[in-house]
Amino acid sequence: MSTTAKVPVPVTEDDIAESARRGALKAPIVLGIVTMLLSLLVGMKGREGDTSFRFAEPTDFFEIPEITVPSSPSLTLIVILLALCTVASAFLVSRGRRTPLWLVGLFAVLALTGFLCWAAAGETIPVIGLIGGSIALAVPLVFGALGGVLGERAGVVNIAIDGQLLFGAFAAAVFGTILGSPWGGLVAAMCAGALVALVLGFFAITYFVDQVIVGVVLNVLVIGLTSFLFVQLLAKDTEGLNSPVHFEEISIPGLAKIPVIGPVLFQQTMLVYIMYVAVFAVAWALYRTRWGLRVRAVGEHPKAADTVGIKVIRTRYTTLLIAGLIAGAGGATYTLVSVPQFGEELTDGAGYIALAAVIFGRWDPVRATLAALLFGFTKNLAGVLSVIGSPVPSQFMLMLPYVVTIIAVAGLVGRSRAPAADGIPYRKG
Amino acid sequence: MRRKKRGEVPENPETPIEEPAEAPVDEAPKEPSPWRGVLREIAAGNAAVAFLSVLLAVVVGSLMILITDENVRNAAGYVGSRPSDFFNAVGTSITDAYTALFQGAIYNGEVDTFERRIRPLTESLKFSGPLILAGLGVGVAFRAGLFNIGGRGQMLLAGAAAGWVAVSVDLPRILHLPLAILAGAAAGAVWAGLAGLLKARTGAHEVIVTIMLNYVGYYLVFYALSQQSWLQAPGSGNPKSEPMPESALLPKVLGDQFNLHFGFVLALVAVAVVWWLLNKSALGFRFRAVGENPDAAQASGIDVGRTYTIVMVIAGTLVGLAGVNQVLGTVPGGVTQDLDAGIGFDAITVALLGRSRPLGILAAGLLFGALKAGGFAMAAREGIPVEIVLVVQSLIVLFIAAPPLVRALFRLPKQEVTA
Amino acid sequence: MKLELRGITKRFGPLVANDRISLTVEEGEIHGLLGENGAGKSTLMNVLYGLYQADEGEILLDGEATRFAGPGDAMAAGIGMVHQHFMLIPVFTVAENVMLGNESTGFAGTLNIDAARERVREISARFGFDLNPDALIETLPVGVQQRVEIIKALSRDAKVLVFDEPTAVLTPQETDELMAIMRQLKESGTSIVFISHKLREIRAVADRITVIRRGAVVGEASPTATNAELAALMVGRPVELTVHKDPAKPGADALVVRDLKVTDATGHVHLESISFAIATGEVLGVAGVQGNGQTELTEALLGLQAHVQGSVELDGHQLVGKSVRKVLESGVGFIPEDRQADGLVGGFTLAENLMLNRSHGKPFVRFGTIRRKALEAFASDKLVEYDVRASGIEATANQLSGGNQQKVVVARELSRDLRLLVAAQPTRGVDVGSIEFIHKQVVAARDSGVPVLLVSTELDEIAALSDRIMVLFRGKVVGIVPGDTPRETLGLMMAGERPEGIVA
Repeated sequence: MSTTAKVPVPVTEDDIAESARRGALKAPIVLGIVTMLLSLLVGMKGREGDTSFRFAEPTDFFEIPEITVPSSPSLTLIVILLALCTVASAFLVSRGRRTPLWLVGLFAVLALTGFLCWAAAGETIPVIGLIGGSIALAVPLVFGALGGVLGERAGVVNIAIDGQLLFGAFAAAVFGTILGSPWGGLVAAMCAGALVALVLGFFAITYFVDQVIVGVVLNVLVIGLTSFLFVQLLAKDTEGLNSPVHFEEISIPGLAKIPVIGPVLFQQTMLVYIMYVAVFAVAWALYRTRWGLRVRAVGEHPKAADTVGIKVIRTRYTTLLIAGLIAGAGGATYTLVSVPQFGEELTDGAGYIALAAVIFGRWDPVRATLAALLFGFTKNLAGVLSVIGSPVPSQFMLMLPYVVTIIAVAGLVGRSRAPAADGIPYRKG
Repeated sequence: MRRKKRGEVPENPETPIEEPAEAPVDEAPKEPSPWRGVLREIAAGNAAVAFLSVLLAVVVGSLMILITDENVRNAAGYVGSRPSDFFNAVGTSITDAYTALFQGAIYNGEVDTFERRIRPLTESLKFSGPLILAGLGVGVAFRAGLFNIGGRGQMLLAGAAAGWVAVSVDLPRILHLPLAILAGAAAGAVWAGLAGLLKARTGAHEVIVTIMLNYVGYYLVFYALSQQSWLQAPGSGNPKSEPMPESALLPKVLGDQFNLHFGFVLALVAVAVVWWLLNKSALGFRFRAVGENPDAAQASGIDVGRTYTIVMVIAGTLVGLAGVNQVLGTVPGGVTQDLDAGIGFDAITVALLGRSRPLGILAAGLLFGALKAGGFAMAAREGIPVEIVLVVQSLIVLFIAAPPLVRALFRLPKQEVTA
Repeated sequence: MKLELRGITKRFGPLVANDRISLTVEEGEIHGLLGENGAGKSTLMNVLYGLYQADEGEILLDGEATRFAGPGDAMAAGIGMVHQHFMLIPVFTVAENVMLGNESTGFAGTLNIDAARERVREISARFGFDLNPDALIETLPVGVQQRVEIIKALSRDAKVLVFDEPTAVLTPQETDELMAIMRQLKESGTSIVFISHKLREIRAVADRITVIRRGAVVGEASPTATNAELAALMVGRPVELTVHKDPAKPGADALVVRDLKVTDATGHVHLESISFAIATGEVLGVAGVQGNGQTELTEALLGLQAHVQGSVELDGHQLVGKSVRKVLESGVGFIPEDRQADGLVGGFTLAENLMLNRSHGKPFVRFGTIRRKALEAFASDKLVEYDVRASGIEATANQLSGGNQQKVVVARELSRDLRLLVAAQPTRGVDVGSIEFIHKQVVAARDSGVPVLLVSTELDEIAALSDRIMVLFRGKVVGIVPGDTPRETLGLMMAGERPEGIVA
């Protein structure tokens, strides 16, 4: 045994690069498919006429003129640009680099513009209404998704987001009416969301009941409960129980007058401003604070957290309650903003879209928010297109969030990894 | 396709070496019988927990009725001065509600003919048919470890497919009805099988996929119902199809004076088939093996991915039959986008209450069917919103899913600890 | 710090896991805690660490009685633990893992990650570890992960350090290094509890040894006691440490593996250039430290791995690309390394478990229906033949002890007509009586002409049963050597070094 020879190690950097390359390959493929689909539109169903984009609001500092473009030629031009983007992406990937995010962003904006050019031929797209309306529709989704992200990061799957939204909406309507203040309604909504969270925690954490089962059943329970109370009490006394004072729009001085961005972002109700703060606060708390580190530890490996003295059960409960408060606030947007009144099954399954946003956003608060905004956008776009009489059936637009979520969980676009202990109750020993 | 990457060192539980030779010998009867499991469950106290769960839920439901009852609330206002009024109001409210429930669900002695007296029972059976079918669909998937929340989408597509065959094909009854049923079952199978296939191929979680497919299915059916070229009734602007033709309807079981149709018989047959499948067949054995331990199943040569797909196809077929039952039996007036009537979700509670056993699902389906029929009667006669049934139903399931809670509430002895 | 446990009793339902255990660890002492799998060692340490609450008895630190409501209390009192299953979060960095639960924070609970990095560097320097505080745990080899566990405990100023079966994942050389670290800690005054079932290691490093059996202390021993004495104390009767077997009579090569390569879904290579052959009537032992490709090797043979290249021929038939079912039907018996995960369905009855890999046809299935009678007769016979102690064939698998569970798996596999037996860790977590029984069965299978591939991380087991030994390191074959190769040579090979004169 005087001389020895090291056996070469087969696992090298190359292997890691290899798997990264496979991941990177997906970008040009997806871009290529989208480009092809759009070029099919040009070829198969070319449309005559001009498309106008309206950007201006009368209160702006200065006015951006309406842009009108001929539909078919613009789409052709855009398809060419998209093809160039795809080629650029493929070139970068072949050189072993990743497709930069700005390229993907540019591609997305171009593709969307192209689609609108085609879909709204002969009509005018109110850009501000389109985007602003999307944000309004996305607010409950964002709140719900934030609540979902928090819960799942602590290891509790929250299918009951829909129940939290619905119960929040109900509580906001009732207490917003009784207390005569939207703030009272908001606080009540948050408490209602937390109450649902508490029940979820009670069964899922304390009694180890399957979290998916509890979530699904809670949704049914909340539907039954709110509908029962609505018919039995609210409908009989709309004046005294179901006409809450709602939040007024607040323009942020200065910012609100910036063209496009101003009316979209800074002429909103208090709830939207609270949402901005909530997104930032959740992201910061989760990644930058001791509390967040512990929450993530509990969601990944509760036993390890336990062995370093972190109270797993308590952490899960508190996180779930905070998540419930946030999701409940999302519910308030249904009854304290535009149509200040509660109705049976008012949320119409929005909680499930929020759940989709959680997964599509890969359990990250910022990404989930973006996903929720995207889903709000598709929903609003469906409405806008059906108003201007576009050839795209609104049902297919409305289907989109669900379809992309299926594609996402099937791992066709990027790999998403849930927290390791997500959905698993923690039992000592 | 391995489900998980195992850790470096397997679990090595530090339980002391047992003395199994001294372990109590199971005094089960020698001949295997379908009732053995039931007997064991009763002995283990599970049946008691089920009964108490139902009781608890009904108590909570009663409280809700009381709290929202105007007479009770008025009487409560002066309960200090005249408590008897309050208790009378409580008594009246509860008695009226449950009388209505019973008379709506089982037997109504207040009407003249026998046929009208037992009519409520047949209504309950009618409502339980689709609940049993869809409950079996959810339960079978459960046994293979899959959570089928996609009942709504599967029912919608099945109903739409069956309805499409019914209105667009012209055949004699002997062919038309079976063809329509088959089309519905196939559509349900495809929609659920998609979730199974995605799980098998990509590991996509079936809970998420089936939830999302509910909405995709909803909008697909909605689209079909708003297109003249598809399902929309000619000349109509509403998202609804034509009424089902006579030749495609499920025939009535007890003659035309009762609404009970052959959908219920279909459900009974399905219970028997699923019972054989799960308890006697090799395929069911593999379902259960995959459900209990997919890794061990895989290592034993069972193709887990294929099993997931097959079980979802079977589940979708069963749920699809529930959709067919609605369109061709209970509401033959035409396909709509809410033909599922919440049964897709009710089915989850049925399967849970029935503990995913075919006979349990049968019992749970009958119970919930009766609650539904009685709930409508309560709504009609006492003005109590029918949603109370949803509340009671979900409470039952919550309680039943947490036996320790029910045991603690009723101070039942703890279940024997098995090593 | 001096640690005393007095009369600790811990029950789980009717089971008494710890029965009035008393134990004293002096300051600066390495105290060996020796016992079989399932003797109650880990339960005792979990009580000490506050993970379990003792039903009776007390814990004294420097003579003062203490109570731990949870691990937080135990750590605050100066008790640290290096867990058998590392308590590290794979997606966190080293620094994050070390700081977790003990974080230094700034404004509004903001994490001070720099302080944690500094702490990791400082302790690493003390022991000469080379550790990047920002490396993700999941990218580190297990040996390094264990060091993170040690740093984690030391960063909280542990005075009593418990090592729970720490050598299971280490090469003999890494084990020596760990022992050096333990001695260094001891010099600096740390008291150490070293839990193991490996006699050799306990004797090498412990100052005193306490032996427990079936939850109770059965005696103390000094490190100078012989292996046979310790083993007898541990098991409660004299134990044969060697397996009786006749010399092998190998026939023609039955299993021929050529250039096997196994990758996972991400393209990561787990096995490469694996070539070997096993003759009929021969046991080929596969030695190596846990995680060097053994799992992938057995799974690749069975068809459980998705990405396999190369050739695996059994009696001239190609197995690569076949489904698990086809592989099993071609006569391969498989004892998986983790019986609870891969071998048994816990909620199934023993009868059902015995037909688990024969649900597609004869002899237990006809016309798609299970033949209850045939199955029950078969199961009853096998329980007797393989000495499975259970209440009957209707008992479920999870009601059985580890040893009896494993005997069910062995019975199922050996009762088929085998052309090859793949046995992975057949005696892991099994009591000594069952070990002896299973070893006899493996030798009997060999003597009946079945080629056997035996994978084990226990060098003793490999040495006892193998006719030839193949050593794996990082997914490659280091060499194939005769069954009587000295331990030292095998140890070097397990660390990837190829002694002169040995060809791969």
